[in-house]
Amino acid sequence: MNNNALKDMLYKMADDALIIGHRNSEWTGIGPMLEEDLAFSSMAQDKIGHAQALYQILHEVLGEPEPDKVAFLREEKLFKCCQLVELPIGEYDFSLVRHFLFDHAEAIRYEMLATSSFQPLAQLAKKIKGEIKYHTMHADTFLKQLAAGNEESHARMQSALNYAMPYALGIFENGGFESELSSQQVFAGEDALKTKWLEKITTVIESAGLQLPKVADDKIAFGGRKGFHSEYLKPLLEEMGEVVRLDPEAEW
Amino acid sequence: MNSLDPRVKRLHLKADETEPVHTNSHLVTWEVFHQDKRGKQHVHAGVVHASSPEIALIMAKEAFGRRGKTANLWVVKTSDVFTFQSEDEDMFETTPEKTFRDPAYYKVRDRIEKFQKQ
Repeated sequence: MNNNALKDMLYKMADDALIIGHRNSEWTGIGPMLEEDLAFSSMAQDKIGHAQALYQILHEVLGEPEPDKVAFLREEKLFKCCQLVELPIGEYDFSLVRHFLFDHAEAIRYEMLATSSFQPLAQLAKKIKGEIKYHTMHADTFLKQLAAGNEESHARMQSALNYAMPYALGIFENGGFESELSSQQVFAGEDALKTKWLEKITTVIESAGLQLPKVADDKIAFGGRKGFHSEYLKPLLEEMGEVVRLDPEAEW
Repeated sequence: MNSLDPRVKRLHLKADETEPVHTNSHLVTWEVFHQDKRGKQHVHAGVVHASSPEIALIMAKEAFGRRGKTANLWVVKTSDVFTFQSEDEDMFETTPEKTFRDPAYYKVRDRIEKFQKQ
């Protein structure tokens, strides 16, 4: 198996998890209510944990630098996260909708990876299955509740969905190793994932009484997987690595 | 709001424009019962605010199932829990004296009697 194909895929997944984990943690202490503040922060911690586990595989199995180094000291253009996860937290409707769209893709991705020929990833997928189940349950429950709340909450969920959808479709931007990963039974590919994801989210969105936004192909936010990011990633990385960069060799 | 936390600072919150709390503007409460192992009893753990039983469960999971082992959780709307009045506590006043209802009492008594015979 070509290590570059594995690295490309793992970095995509790890960077997605790191950046959305950081973004969602920005709600800590200012969440809409105490219980939800706690739940959302917990899930953000889980995402950072997923990122850590993936960087660890990259380090131990594929010879990449240590997790802390790649997370905090890499240049922006080397990040492979999709643009969806970079966007500012906005209002809670957007953060919830992003959580819904991203976490369903993540859940299905790991479901597919549970049978991957790349053992470290298959093991990780099995280990975090329950964690991710809670994340999508949380997202679905809130989406349905707020879509059925009142006119304002329904409208806000729909407009957040309309705004987030072109970015969410950017999750499935093809990498340079799709056929290789699929023929080696590592991962069936972004297109296969996207088909399953659309089926899943359509069911939930429709049962919530919302509408799946239609997005023209040229409106999809591609680029992230190849290092082309939105204006929001750089300031986030600077803030995230601010302390580490003061003294990169310090022992914690 | 001027905060040392950059995450709070960049929200540009206006501290003096906080809305007053209105009566009945809070969500109802749900009692949470925690079970640490299948087959064991659910034990009361605390309370969460939520607008529906589904949300209450989701909230309870992180509020009371975030540490240690959990097998299951129950949530019950607080208003569905029926209780004695606190002034009726006197019904239970003499109960602690009825040690003959406590199995541990007999074991101890047997041991004392055996010791006395020796």
